[in-house]
Amino acid sequence: MADPVAVTLDADPMVPVPYEVVARRALSDDTTSLTLAPAGPRLADARPGQFFMLWAPGVGEIPISLGVAGPGGQVEESIRAVGAVSRALSATPVGGRIGLRGPFGTSWDLDAAVGRHLLLVAGGVGLVPLRPAVLDAVERASDFRGIGVVVGARTPGDLLFQDELTDWGERPGVQVVTTVDHADRAWHGHVGVVTEVLDLVDLDPARTTAMVCGPEVMMRFVAQALDGRGVPLADVQLSLERNMKCAIGHCGHCQIGGGFVCLDGPVVAADRALPLLQVRER
Amino acid sequence: MTDALVTTAAFDALLGALADDGRRVIGPRVRDGAVVLDDLDGVADLPVGWADEQSPGRYRLRRRDDDAHFGFTTPSTSWKPFLHPAREVVFRARLDGAGFEVTPPDAPEPLAFIGVRACDLAGIAVQDRVLGGGRFVDAGYAARRSDVFVVAADCGESGPTCFCGSMGTGPTATTGFDLAVGERLGDEPRFFVRIGSARGAALLERVEHTPATEADRADARAAAARAVAGQSRSVAAGEVAGLLARNLEHPRWDEVAERCLACTNCTLVCPTCFCTSVEDSVDLAGTEAVRSRRWDSCFTLDFTALGGAPVRGSVRSRYRQWLTHKLSTWQDQFGELGCVGCGRCLTWCPVGIDLTEEVAAIGATDGAENPGGTPS
Amino acid sequence: MKPIPELLAEHPFFEGLPADDLAALAACGEEVSFGAGEVIFREGTPADRMYVLRAGRVGLEIHALGRPAHLVTTLAAGEILGASWLFPPYQWQFEALALDATTAVALDAGCVRARLDADPALGYVVVQRFAALLVKRLQAARFRLLDVYGDG
Repeated sequence: MADPVAVTLDADPMVPVPYEVVARRALSDDTTSLTLAPAGPRLADARPGQFFMLWAPGVGEIPISLGVAGPGGQVEESIRAVGAVSRALSATPVGGRIGLRGPFGTSWDLDAAVGRHLLLVAGGVGLVPLRPAVLDAVERASDFRGIGVVVGARTPGDLLFQDELTDWGERPGVQVVTTVDHADRAWHGHVGVVTEVLDLVDLDPARTTAMVCGPEVMMRFVAQALDGRGVPLADVQLSLERNMKCAIGHCGHCQIGGGFVCLDGPVVAADRALPLLQVRER
Repeated sequence: MTDALVTTAAFDALLGALADDGRRVIGPRVRDGAVVLDDLDGVADLPVGWADEQSPGRYRLRRRDDDAHFGFTTPSTSWKPFLHPAREVVFRARLDGAGFEVTPPDAPEPLAFIGVRACDLAGIAVQDRVLGGGRFVDAGYAARRSDVFVVAADCGESGPTCFCGSMGTGPTATTGFDLAVGERLGDEPRFFVRIGSARGAALLERVEHTPATEADRADARAAAARAVAGQSRSVAAGEVAGLLARNLEHPRWDEVAERCLACTNCTLVCPTCFCTSVEDSVDLAGTEAVRSRRWDSCFTLDFTALGGAPVRGSVRSRYRQWLTHKLSTWQDQFGELGCVGCGRCLTWCPVGIDLTEEVAAIGATDGAENPGGTPS
Repeated sequence: MKPIPELLAEHPFFEGLPADDLAALAACGEEVSFGAGEVIFREGTPADRMYVLRAGRVGLEIHALGRPAHLVTTLAAGEILGASWLFPPYQWQFEALALDATTAVALDAGCVRARLDADPALGYVVVQRFAALLVKRLQAARFRLLDVYGDG
């Protein structure tokens, strides 16, 4: 089958393009992965860290980070059901259609880490946006002096993609550290927050590029911990999250400081992002 | 020819010519005790003989002792509702079980704006950059905006809430219009018309006009000078961006938050505020979905809702967001300030918050965040 | 087997310490190992050792009536196990359990305290490093209180 025709840049960026759910699997109690294939024209390929707007027809639209790009314009997207739209998207059966717009925003800059240590730190569902970067990185592990993957979650059962974590950890040059807030003796990883296990990753702080994704307060603490260890904040990439309606810099909802998360983010260097995240909004 | 004089009758004919061209002609007229922008059938619909009195939290009309057509300062609303409507359909989609088919909205009707003040022209230019000047173009805005015929109206006087002089946006229109009119009263009332575009010149050719003289131009310059001299409010446009950026924890934010009702009036009347929300709805049969867009405001709680909780949870933080965006971070984003000095946010604030006063208060105690306590 | 001073020199906690200081501390130490599941110390017993973890994974647990053992945190190679040996009443407050096969240098607490008392310059360095470690753990505990991965 020939690849569907790419959507031209002239297309209205506010109009979703139909994609069909061709596979689905549950990742945890509340998180579902949908594999989506273009049902007509296909969108441009997304880079890890970028996001799509996913439309549940007639229900609403939310930003979802690129999961994994597949052949023929397919994308695998992981959705945590927490609101009306994410529940409707999660419930879409195989054969059902949803709308996609995008891809939008900035991406993880893996090339900046070539010849350096690469540290990827994920908290909770923050592993979803970071995962495509990890998948790319482990395929080209020799480009880096070492790859450290640190993943935090609430409990072992909340850890997403456990098979992949195990697989990555078995590859040469890749070190995977998992930690949870709560566990019992049966758990084989660590207990504690991600900042407590960062030191377990072998790296040369001055020659490290870090990518961090998780709850905002977690990213703040991780950035500060890396700063304390001597990793320049300019080499720490964070993925920001804000309320978003249009994804094209027109609705104003995702404004932070002098930027829009949809255009200037979601991936932003911590030397720019951290001061904005530290402004008291109460 | 760059300028001319026309009579009131010729100006009326000019409006008629725009309507003949199939344009919807919109301009100021009196309704419900205010100068509003609405459809005009001719110059008689303009607020003839009316003036406005504006001050923070106050707006009144009063009778003038002449028949000026443009004897008011700023209309109560800006032109934003016509270019960036409060509610618009982005698309309709027919849902057929598995899939959907999208239909774009109808093409908009061509518009003519009559009597646009210089501050409002600047406001339109600001929205042009936000909605059409970046990586993405707002299709609806671009469709409406692309063909608007603009007749500007120079200001001969300023109101107490005007501060376009300090923002560098007025009182005389310098760009962004097809024709600009200045009103000359007296025994032989005339409109002094400046030409801003080829199609402006072409339209002028369709009505009776006489050449303007150096004396007419001097009159227009004198009127502009009077208007600027009449402005008592100002913002130090060159310094305000840095001032606010380094005073995010200034105690004045707490103080203004005590007064601010977070009612969103300022954002609704502002000619540059562009924020919107996107809403989806579906008919009861579940076969037609409509995506619409409506104005939203950074003063509402759910504007920043993330995971059920707002990012900007206090009025302090929301007022600070609004003012720092207008006068500081807008510069970072768009290379200019997001305030044009029209003064509407002062007039229509129910508690009369005056942004020029807020900026001045912060400037007077620059750096007064003092988390380290007070030396004793 | 490597001599104790060398084992200490390899550990991040003692990084950069002069050789004579390392030798003085190493004189208090012996190498120890624990099998997976083996208890390293129990709550309420004398805190007489500072464990310099070299390999493995140690869990700190609290046992409360009517509840399963609560795994408070885990410590791994490169970290220090035990804080109670430095401060009165010198009693362990948690139970430490080797979750994986674990090796460590165990420094005798009384011996270490005597060295630090006798050499205030060394005492300052060690206590300062210990304070940094405690602050890090305190901040982590506060961070964990936020329950950031809760139903957001």
